[in-house]
Amino acid sequence: MSTTPNGFTLDNSGRRLVVDPVTRIEGHLRCEVNVDENGVIRNAVSSGTMWRGLEVILKGRDPRDAWAFTQRICGVCTGTHALTSVRAVENALGITIPKNANIIRNLMQLTLYAHDHLVHFYHLHALDWVDVVSALSADPRKTSELAQSISKWPKSSPGYFADLQARVKKFVESGQLGPFKNGYWGSPAYKLPPEANLMAVAHYLEALDFQKEIVKIHAVFGGKNPHPNWLVGGMACAINLDGDGANGAVNIERLALVGSIIDRTIEFIDQVYVPDLQAIASFYKDWTYGGGISSQNLLSYGDVPGVANDYSASSLLLPRGAIVGGDLSTIHEVDLTDMEQIKEHVTHSWYKYPNGEDGLHPWAGVTEPHFELGPKTVGDKKRIEALDEEGKYSYIKAPRWRGHAMEVGPLARYVIGYAQGNPEFKEPTDKLLRDLGLPLEALFTTLGRTAARGLEASWAAHKMRWCYDELIANLKAGDSATANPAKWEPETWPKECRGVGFTEAPRGALGHWIVVKDGKIDNYQAVVPTTWNASPRDAAGNIGAYEAALLNTPMADPEQPLEILRTLHSFDPCLACSTHVMAPDGGELTQIRIR
Amino acid sequence: MSETLVLGIGNLLWADEGFGVRTVERFNQLYHVPPEVRLMDGGTQGIYLVQYIMQARRLIIFDAIDYGLAPGSMKLVRDREVPCFMGAKKMSLHQTGFQETLATAELLGSYPQEILLIGVQPEELEDYGGGLTPTVEAQVERAIEVACETLADWGHEVVARGPAMGVAPLSPDGLGLVG
Repeated sequence: MSTTPNGFTLDNSGRRLVVDPVTRIEGHLRCEVNVDENGVIRNAVSSGTMWRGLEVILKGRDPRDAWAFTQRICGVCTGTHALTSVRAVENALGITIPKNANIIRNLMQLTLYAHDHLVHFYHLHALDWVDVVSALSADPRKTSELAQSISKWPKSSPGYFADLQARVKKFVESGQLGPFKNGYWGSPAYKLPPEANLMAVAHYLEALDFQKEIVKIHAVFGGKNPHPNWLVGGMACAINLDGDGANGAVNIERLALVGSIIDRTIEFIDQVYVPDLQAIASFYKDWTYGGGISSQNLLSYGDVPGVANDYSASSLLLPRGAIVGGDLSTIHEVDLTDMEQIKEHVTHSWYKYPNGEDGLHPWAGVTEPHFELGPKTVGDKKRIEALDEEGKYSYIKAPRWRGHAMEVGPLARYVIGYAQGNPEFKEPTDKLLRDLGLPLEALFTTLGRTAARGLEASWAAHKMRWCYDELIANLKAGDSATANPAKWEPETWPKECRGVGFTEAPRGALGHWIVVKDGKIDNYQAVVPTTWNASPRDAAGNIGAYEAALLNTPMADPEQPLEILRTLHSFDPCLACSTHVMAPDGGELTQIRIR
Repeated sequence: MSETLVLGIGNLLWADEGFGVRTVERFNQLYHVPPEVRLMDGGTQGIYLVQYIMQARRLIIFDAIDYGLAPGSMKLVRDREVPCFMGAKKMSLHQTGFQETLATAELLGSYPQEILLIGVQPEELEDYGGGLTPTVEAQVERAIEVACETLADWGHEVVARGPAMGVAPLSPDGLGLVG
């Protein structure tokens, strides 16, 4: 047993469980826990098992191209890395962007929020709370009554739910569960009545059908989705209100499409997502686990500049600041250029620093992989059965703000906004807590994280409308500029300069730091939200947000790691987290059970 | 609504896992298809492909499939059998395999009338950053021939690109803007 400097007691004497994904995309997250004889998690180890290495790829390249590379870090939050990158380059080179470009970027970022949060809730997280098989025993008439009691969403008749139930039933009976294959159906950890389960399954499918509409906004302004086009100095889309669109410019017809998608997005989020969230939460009020460090340390860089080229806290519509030690009365100022504030540590990460430095600010950052396993590792490097967390154990570095492990994401943004007394964040939060009969402390849980994301989806959808109106007004006033090419040519650049770009990605604070020398990238460091949240221990032994959030959670059945997935998914990890549980001998412990 | 969708899926970064994407790219270089046929690099988009599946009356899929056969073996699977062969691997968006994507299209109430899966047994999947192995590469042209024959059976006129015909980019009309 040991206690970390940030106040968590760790005990790795109990049985070790490994949750390791089998994915081949965005990245890999592995999680190991020790459970005591009562099935309570007493130690947690979060490991990124794949090297990203983009920093190395970018060295020596043209900074104007960096966005296209960094955007490929992730196929889910696609545009947000590109936006962060163009901001970093513009900051380094002293480039300003036209008002329209700022509005369109905001609109694209908010579109990403609405899409990402919606898809996350229904398709990556809901099945941690919703039992699909239980939905088969629901009474469609009572389901209709439930749906109509919480929302005016029109698809709510008994016939609609009966029809859907029949389709799902056919699937389950044929033995192919389709999208619902990866679930621990029948687990006692599921608490919803059958009717709520059926309603949620219906909305799972409706959300899947609707999400494709939202991303069309990216295709209008960025040419395509995923991976829309961006531009250092503005946006690549020309605007020609009177054009017929054949020349590729955004015209009035395309803008009308955007306006209509925004209206439908607001409607779906406010009439389906938020009511579902509240209904589901009302059955899990007793499940108060997963808070981790959220009641202590929270960080947000802020985003959505209301004024073009002004990235100060007063311009940003999403709040900026840091909370330390749970003191909501003090919001610390965050400065990404202060070499003493953000540092990345590699004591427990598979990297090494040239002079063995403890931590490096990203401008001085080094990405040199160094894979070695601690002496207590079980297995070998080809097949790791259990990691040794006293040694190096992750390809994720450990970023710290003034030495503190921080949680980033929607909950951080909402709590900081709340603490600042900003009514846009405080009022919906107070209302949700009041409706559910919960105290403020309830925010600092897995469910609180999930709830903040839902509230933020609604906030983002309404802000899309605000941006859209602003864009139309500016265009009608005769300003159609979307790019500033004044410093496009490298001859106009300083010989050596550095910059930082930041956004709030849907899953949390995202920063890119760049050093430009002789027109080429000399150093590039991306510190992504999942680096903050999934970070391994640092030299002092502080544990990160994921590891802390898993501690002290009781598992209904350790072989069905539903509780682990629930909490990790609540962070919206940028790494897929699979549902396979491996035994220490490498054999699979658990198959999906259908009861 | 596109009449017929020819979809290559997989992850280019993992050697033979890129078979589907490489094949549809090569198909596009070799042949010109009529407007009712759409060629698509589906990559690892997984569940986000559901809208395109729902819009297709007929579907051809190129993919690396673990059939348990000798490396490089090609096997054709049709219609209702297709999902049974596509559940083994998890290569796409947040664990959503293509089997789930097909099932979701059906749950959403729109499913292709005919599906042909042109699958090749991979030899090497773990060579991160590697290209297709020669064994699997050797099946690319054969897979394209099979697809051409099937498209002809379905009444689509596929024309070999002459030297004078340029190659159109794959799916040029903006992913995300259909429907």
